[in-house]
Amino acid sequence: MKIAVCIKQVPTREWQPRLTEDKKWIREQDISYEMNEPDAYALEEALRLREKHSGEVVVCSAGPARVQQVIREALARGADRALHVEDAALGGADAFAAAAALADPMAEERFDLVLTGLQSDDQGHAQFGPILATRLGIPHSTIIMEVIADAGSVRVKRELEGGWFQYLSMPLPALLTIQSGINQLRYATLKGIMAAKKKEIKKVAPASAVASRQRIVALYPPEKAKQTVMIPGSAAEAAKELVRRLREEARVL
Amino acid sequence: MILVVAEQREGKLNRASWEAVAAGQQLLREADIAVLKIVVLGRAVSALANELAAASSAGVIAVENQSLGTYTPDAFVQALRQIVTTESPQFVVFPHTYQTRDFVPALAAAMDRAVVTDAIAIRNVNGAPAFARPMFQGKLTADVVPEGPTPHLVTFQIGAFRADAVARGASPAPITAAEATIDASAVRQKPEEPFQEVRQAVDLSQAERIVAVGRGIKSQDNLPLAEALAKALGAELAASRPICDNGWLPMERQIGSSGQTVAPKLYVALGISGAIQHLVGMKGARTIVAINKDAEAPIFEVADYGIQGDLFEIAPAIAAELQKG
Repeated sequence: MKIAVCIKQVPTREWQPRLTEDKKWIREQDISYEMNEPDAYALEEALRLREKHSGEVVVCSAGPARVQQVIREALARGADRALHVEDAALGGADAFAAAAALADPMAEERFDLVLTGLQSDDQGHAQFGPILATRLGIPHSTIIMEVIADAGSVRVKRELEGGWFQYLSMPLPALLTIQSGINQLRYATLKGIMAAKKKEIKKVAPASAVASRQRIVALYPPEKAKQTVMIPGSAAEAAKELVRRLREEARVL
Repeated sequence: MILVVAEQREGKLNRASWEAVAAGQQLLREADIAVLKIVVLGRAVSALANELAAASSAGVIAVENQSLGTYTPDAFVQALRQIVTTESPQFVVFPHTYQTRDFVPALAAAMDRAVVTDAIAIRNVNGAPAFARPMFQGKLTADVVPEGPTPHLVTFQIGAFRADAVARGASPAPITAAEATIDASAVRQKPEEPFQEVRQAVDLSQAERIVAVGRGIKSQDNLPLAEALAKALGAELAASRPICDNGWLPMERQIGSSGQTVAPKLYVALGISGAIQHLVGMKGARTIVAINKDAEAPIFEVADYGIQGDLFEIAPAIAAELQKG
């Protein structure tokens, strides 16, 4: 089984946003990056499917040179090789542009199964998977919590809202977006990190100019929904004041 | 023209459909567009079309087809592509649900049109509408303008617009039936019946007080600290998704879009950053207390009371204070 996993490099969770002068994007020089968490679950699922059905796992990523960091990490966790569509403009690109960049080189590979995370922790469009599937001309399903692959088809458990689920089947090749928590993640071993250095990363340029379908005209901290009373002081002082306010002001105790 | 796509399941309208109608009506004013229509799809939707006709609109389009009885992305993309092409709207508006997340990007890709997802507000930028949407886990909001030829597709976050804000018409809007040809052999997904994993043993929606833990708790070994606070408050213990993903607490204690939606009298968020998937499950709580080391955490935007600091010191201090009586 030939499995692709699309991964994205995103700012770490601890990152505190700082904006560029024009307030339309983030200051990239301040950022440390990591693998998008839902994509890490997709990678783990791919590795498990390979262990069960044999075959290979190919990491695919669209982005500037810096995304090599997460590609190497995926190779260290056990992916066999990588495809990197490299272009500086892909750094802040939207899902349309990323899918457009990856579609042609991925189509050539003729993957049986394409996995990716259900959304990215940066722009959070939750669009990339279905758009790529459409461009590849293959069926898709999203927010998947279980993958049962068979010869020529796949049966998956899709998460619905409010604790409901649904199984569905579709023919291969297919694309699935994976929900966080589908499995327990493995981390790279020293041996894996060493082995990753020898693995192939195929670099290609996008076939056409990177063009996003949405333009950010302003970027700003979210507006507050409520007037928050911030309670200062030591832990003991803050606790005392909070309990007093919950009793006397909010009357919820 | 604006086309609002209503969502239904098992013959009942999703409440978020009304919110999408409210969003569509506001967009009509902001973008200075004359006509809004609502479309509803399914096996038999005449009752739903009648219901939707109460909203002020130029008409409700009912699309009935056997292949639309059970949702599949392939059938919905086929049907809506035809309707959207015929109606030729400037905007197509949807609620941002698990269902639209599944097919709307595919519809946009099939039509080669822009789609903005998870919008929370409509802005006016130099006379043209822009859509505000959360980015970077809610740390920032972006105003975005969809580009390229219309129609532009937009999904609106649940709760961003109020269902009761829908303008009603003086008389019911006209209902028309529209045909969609669906090639059933081209519908590749074969869905089975939806089910619930386990009967929810814990109904958090009935809890008066909830203490919820997030990533800030760091390790399963630290959970007793949250349990002690919950006990002191007479509260149920709950969690954000990553905690349940790690297996530290059972999935049935998860609050958020994929878990339970709650509205207790008191909600204490311990080390929860406040990603939107969590906020939609708890922002209806009457009083929200947030304790987080990061003063910029989005959870503080919905909190009534906030303490910035180390939860490992603050939670025991609150429990101790309560025990003083």
